[in-house]
Amino acid sequence: MTAVQSTKKNMADAARGNGAAADPAPAEPLLDVADLKVRFRTEDGIVKAVDGLTFRLERGRTLGIVGESGSGKSVTNLALLGLHNPARSTIEGRARFDGIDLIGAPERRLRDLRGRRLSMIFQDPLTALSPYYTIGEQIAETYRRHTKADRKAARARAVEMLDRVGIPQAARRIRDYPHQFSGGMRQRAMIAMALVCEPDLLIADEPTTALDVTVQAQILDLLGELQRDLGTAIILVTHDLGVVEDVADDVLVMYAGRAVEYGSTAEVLDTPQHPYTWGLLSSMPRLDGDVDEPLRPVPGSPPSLLNPPSGCAFHPRCGHAVELCRTERPVLARPALAPGSGDAVPWPGNGVSACHLDTATREGATA
Amino acid sequence: MTAAIPAQAPAGDPQSAAPTAVPLLEVSGLTKHFPIGGGLLRRKAGAVQAVDDVSFSVGAGESFGLVGESGCGKSTTGRLVARLLEPSGGTIRYDGRDITHASRRQLAPLRSQIQVVFQDPYSSLNPRHTVGTIISGPMKVNGIDPPGGHRKRVQELLEIVGLNPEHYNRFPHEFSGGQRQRIGIARALAVEPRLVVADEPVSALDVSIQAQVVNLLKELQRDLGIAFVFIAHDLAVVRHFCERVAVMYLGKVVEVADRASLYTNPHHPYTHALLSAVPGERGADGARRPRVRLTGDLPSPANPPSGCRFRTRCPKAQAVCAEQEPPLVRLGAAPAPDVACHFPAPPDPTAAAGPVAAVPAGAAAP
Repeated sequence: MTAVQSTKKNMADAARGNGAAADPAPAEPLLDVADLKVRFRTEDGIVKAVDGLTFRLERGRTLGIVGESGSGKSVTNLALLGLHNPARSTIEGRARFDGIDLIGAPERRLRDLRGRRLSMIFQDPLTALSPYYTIGEQIAETYRRHTKADRKAARARAVEMLDRVGIPQAARRIRDYPHQFSGGMRQRAMIAMALVCEPDLLIADEPTTALDVTVQAQILDLLGELQRDLGTAIILVTHDLGVVEDVADDVLVMYAGRAVEYGSTAEVLDTPQHPYTWGLLSSMPRLDGDVDEPLRPVPGSPPSLLNPPSGCAFHPRCGHAVELCRTERPVLARPALAPGSGDAVPWPGNGVSACHLDTATREGATA
Repeated sequence: MTAAIPAQAPAGDPQSAAPTAVPLLEVSGLTKHFPIGGGLLRRKAGAVQAVDDVSFSVGAGESFGLVGESGCGKSTTGRLVARLLEPSGGTIRYDGRDITHASRRQLAPLRSQIQVVFQDPYSSLNPRHTVGTIISGPMKVNGIDPPGGHRKRVQELLEIVGLNPEHYNRFPHEFSGGQRQRIGIARALAVEPRLVVADEPVSALDVSIQAQVVNLLKELQRDLGIAFVFIAHDLAVVRHFCERVAVMYLGKVVEVADRASLYTNPHHPYTHALLSAVPGERGADGARRPRVRLTGDLPSPANPPSGCRFRTRCPKAQAVCAEQEPPLVRLGAAPAPDVACHFPAPPDPTAAAGPVAAVPAGAAAP
């Protein structure tokens, strides 16, 4: 198991780079998203909710997507599952899941994939579960839809899954309705429902945001255990960098519908390269922080996506913005030179960021 | 922004946090039970013991934190203190006066001194009122006529909370979440309160905006000498803001200590569990702190466990915990914490046994 995992890790490290086109990947990743764009037509104009997003995810790994409200995290995932209303949205770009194109795929095909190979868990389990059906019926429904199992087998499977996600007396509790479960138990039930067909990819959209911190810890542990057992790849959408630090292998930081930084968790959180990532990290109070130091928030507030700023979308809030940032949109790239090397030594990491600042400035700013 | 506020001497010296003279707010044995059932003819079927025998005090200018998970009674406590709810038992003394059962009329002169900032900046502002009306409301209700008129004062307040004073004529929907929370804060400040009950004031905000608002509250507390009862579930935010912190579980205070003691040397097993569950926190060696896993769910506050209410989920629980309720007692001399536990002790990473395994949380990550 560990050998397999480390190979995967190396592959993933090699695969991560300047977007999809730059590195010839050794094998096709489970999920390959390139230049994804999602637009919504509204009364006030076109909202560019996701604007050219590229990332990839290997089997068995966890990608954390971080960003504030309106940065396009959830929109991205709903686009992958084909859950946007086609009458009001335009989706462009490429999203290949195990060789299957998700963007523009017919609804029948997506229906077959959803719940079986791609699953999603939502932030608020109370609205995601139907109040009129028992927990057991809701878990069994997905299973029956995809496996053609009979009622009895599906019911047994529901009990098994509920037991697996740590609900005591599962055989009895499958007859309960969602309102009879606590918040943490509902989230467990939703995880059971999402994993009942052992999907290859689980999209978890803020799965613990509505939960208390001790319950959050239980749920994150559970997701980790299930991932180890089933080899599921996870996209974890969150605004909590602490959660990402504990759970994710890779991190994608989004701002105004674009990726501003992408790399391994250690790289992004320990040596962040983008001023927005610096801002996120310095905004967070920490349990070992200096309480006499004021927090250093990102000034201002996020831009309207109806009319995003020119050039780098972050420039109006960035303390390091120069003229170039106002006019030219930065692309995701590795910084050229290693920190402290003066010149000649190339950047050692694989992480990429979309910023015009040179290495020297970034060092000065983080120091 | 708030650097514009002249630095005044803080009204309360943080060092004298453990109140010496009469504290600004003194709560003892505070209890709130919500009856269950009712119905037209049915008898009462019991009561949700939302807050049960809670005692603490807050000095002038002090920031006091109430933390705990949902359903622990922290918000109810805040509402009781602000007398938005009628206590079922115990006493609340404000500035030496007993206000536990004070009538509306008796409370009227105090209303301007105790203000509340609510969690949700959307539902706590009337969408049909302009910002000017919202902020000047408390002044008008309390019959305060500021020199220079209401509008001038509103503009001053907008400036203090970091908003454009020209915007007093706008409506709440024209502002973002963080800006609305600033409006809520300006409204609380309008009557120059001495005590602000802030109920999850930053929980609904994005992290960068949250930091802006925390900084603002901290400056206000320091510069204006306002005492805060700061209610939150985010332990890192509470640590940043509060000098003293009470941890609540199922309607009870389980530990009260000053900031340094609570966060570095917690004594109640529930406090250990809470702190160890905070994601992304690492020790000095960069390793994840051992996590104390709590099993099971919060028991129903309508039918809490006998003895210590935490015992059903506590790794240290013994027979005595089911029989006797541990009182909140001070462990030793002045800076020592008050703890309600039969076996109080700082966390011991080696003593992980029984139902709770101290697991390095890294093991949980794939």
